[in-house]
Amino acid sequence: MAVNKKAPVINNIPYEEFKDNETLEQLIQELNAGGVNVCVAPLDKLIDWGRSNSLWPLTFATSCCGIEFMAVAAARYDMARFGFEITRNSPRQADVILVNGTITTKMAPVLKRLYDQMADPKYVVAIGGCAISGGPFAKSYHVVKGVDKILPVDVYCPGCPPRPESFLYGMMQLQRKVLVENFFVTTNRKEHDPYDKAMDEQYVELLNAQEKA
Amino acid sequence: MSNQIIPVVVAAADLHQHLATLKGEGYDFLELLTGVDWGEEGLGVVYSLTKTSDGTMTHVKSVCADRENPYIDSVTDLWDVANIYEREVFDFYGIKFLGHPDMRRVFLREDWQGYPLRKDYDESSNSDICLEAEPISDMAVKYTIKGDGTLHEERTPIFTDDDYVVNIGPQHPSTHGVLHFRTALDGERITKIDPHLGYIHRGIEKLSEGYTYPQTLALTDRMDYLGAMQTRHALCMCIEQAMGVEVSDRVKVIRTIMDELQRIDSHLLFFSCLAQDLGATTAFLYGFRDREEILKIFEKTTGGRLIINYNMIGGVAHDLHPDFVKDVHAFIDHMRSKKVGLKEYHDIFTGNVIFQTRAKGVGVLTKEQVISYGCTGGTGRASGWHNDLRKLRPYAAYDRVKFNEITFDEGDSFARYMVRMKEIEESLSIIEQLIDNIPEGSIQEKMKPIIKVPEGIYYSAVEGSRGILGVYLESKGDKSPYRLHYRSTGLPLVAVMDTACRGSLIADLITIGGTVDYIVPDVDR
Ligand code: SF4
Repeated sequence: MAVNKKAPVINNIPYEEFKDNETLEQLIQELNAGGVNVCVAPLDKLIDWGRSNSLWPLTFATSCCGIEFMAVAAARYDMARFGFEITRNSPRQADVILVNGTITTKMAPVLKRLYDQMADPKYVVAIGGCAISGGPFAKSYHVVKGVDKILPVDVYCPGCPPRPESFLYGMMQLQRKVLVENFFVTTNRKEHDPYDKAMDEQYVELLNAQEKA
Repeated sequence: MSNQIIPVVVAAADLHQHLATLKGEGYDFLELLTGVDWGEEGLGVVYSLTKTSDGTMTHVKSVCADRENPYIDSVTDLWDVANIYEREVFDFYGIKFLGHPDMRRVFLREDWQGYPLRKDYDESSNSDICLEAEPISDMAVKYTIKGDGTLHEERTPIFTDDDYVVNIGPQHPSTHGVLHFRTALDGERITKIDPHLGYIHRGIEKLSEGYTYPQTLALTDRMDYLGAMQTRHALCMCIEQAMGVEVSDRVKVIRTIMDELQRIDSHLLFFSCLAQDLGATTAFLYGFRDREEILKIFEKTTGGRLIINYNMIGGVAHDLHPDFVKDVHAFIDHMRSKKVGLKEYHDIFTGNVIFQTRAKGVGVLTKEQVISYGCTGGTGRASGWHNDLRKLRPYAAYDRVKFNEITFDEGDSFARYMVRMKEIEESLSIIEQLIDNIPEGSIQEKMKPIIKVPEGIYYSAVEGSRGILGVYLESKGDKSPYRLHYRSTGLPLVAVMDTACRGSLIADLITIGGTVDYIVPDVDR
């Protein structure tokens, strides 16, 4: 018997008022198609509820959007209300990286390294035109035209800079995405398992190739 | 008043001598150093010098005709700031400065091909995504000329084998943006800092060369976003004066008020971030709470909070919101009230003994040093240098208001902090003098549909939130600029970090970096 995933509900905004519900529904359908384990499903629900309400962002900002991000974290907009509690200065402790601002050619390897240093499960939100597509600097010789060229982006949050409300909306979209995930089966296994059979085989192949050479 | 400049052309061989003489005559501040590609004529540099005594300027131009192997004498021995300016020109134009102690790239990766601001730069010579870590050389390069006219390259290590080098940045919450300091330590004491910039170099100057004048305006707000009004003001003013357009009195007053609001905005953010970096989270929240009030005022009139897009060539984009005067009064009262506003900042942070011990006597800069390094704005004034353009070369409506130029003599981090706090009060008083009698008039002069600036070189500057913000504009009479160069307020401030931090504890780097107050996208452009 399968327990089906349902549409995610979060406290702050009713489901119908979100845009782009289709993407989520598609995601749910895909997950349901595989069937869900009866024992793990309720646990999954509990853990996802917890995770979605404590997404801690990395303090990462390169330019203007970062200042708006600080405003979101500060008194008036106070993102702690929604569980984005505090920003973490170390990528090892962060759940989500908000790419605030322009990413340049020189910054790209650094950003990639930061992302690699984060522990799974991890998410990426592209904030502002620059992070989405290069924005006003798309014609420049030194700007990466969208972070999705180097990182897998979960939520795009347009604006130049996005208003604080829009930041929060984007973060809530991420919360909903987290809510529908199957934590036990897929999400905590995004990284390659070092003891994976396929990896073993690859390794043996490599060894053989080296021996031959 | 025209802002056209006609530089004195000096042959490369006599340049150093000529500049040294000018320095002896009292032109002791190198305000700007602009590399330009004049095509057939060759590559070259324009030096803009200022007398600190009365603010008069002079400009010197030098050209090297050989595009393949251009070189000019370095003036790093005359002005310390020339070090980073010349590295910038080398990075973008490939001009080698003879005798410069450290001729490396400063913004672009060391394996970058070509010099992007040259007119014949091929955009396809570098891929825009490069995921291998960048190579960072440990060797400083010095070029000198040999007897037979060829260049001699001399390499010296930047750090010695015994140096313990710590990387701070590019991703570090206290560098205020993405900036990389390679810091050599002796125990906990800093012995040397080697700054690496360009992590947010967006190529704004090159982009502007392909845009029409109104389009170039769009990029200014995104450079120093805490001086958005002022940067845009500087560019608009430069274009207007070049075209001989006189804006109405109303526009002048509106621009002045907006500039001052922006300055308060910037200083509040300075206060908040400094407090946050030193661990005082409550003070951070207070600062941001009050900053929101300014953003609300901006938003009502302009529609934008951070990126405002308000000044236009020949005026401003929208008339003031009906609530503007009322809101500004409320804000002034709020900041000055006995319970909240500035009073609260001083109670919670200025008097705090931890902050005082961490700031007093830390990172001292002398007046000679700040002039030589070109550190304008609050950092310069904290060391006793009177460099406020609003007093020296008044523009907009600054000639009709009374205010004090705040200076201190200590030159330490605490003085730099106090300058800004006091400047908030001065800005409030400037706004107060203007707000109740904003003259009537049009908010936008009639401009031609296609704006063309007459041929020539122009320079205008305003007092930005953190120093002199200049715009160098060279036009060939087209609808886009031939060369547009900004005097970044932050670049000299980053350059001075090495001097300011030497001998201090590594923890003091945070205090010093916070109080000199640079904004990295403005440094990198
Ligand atoms: S999207 Fe706009 S506000 Fe955000 S970093 Fe880019 S230019 Fe700045």
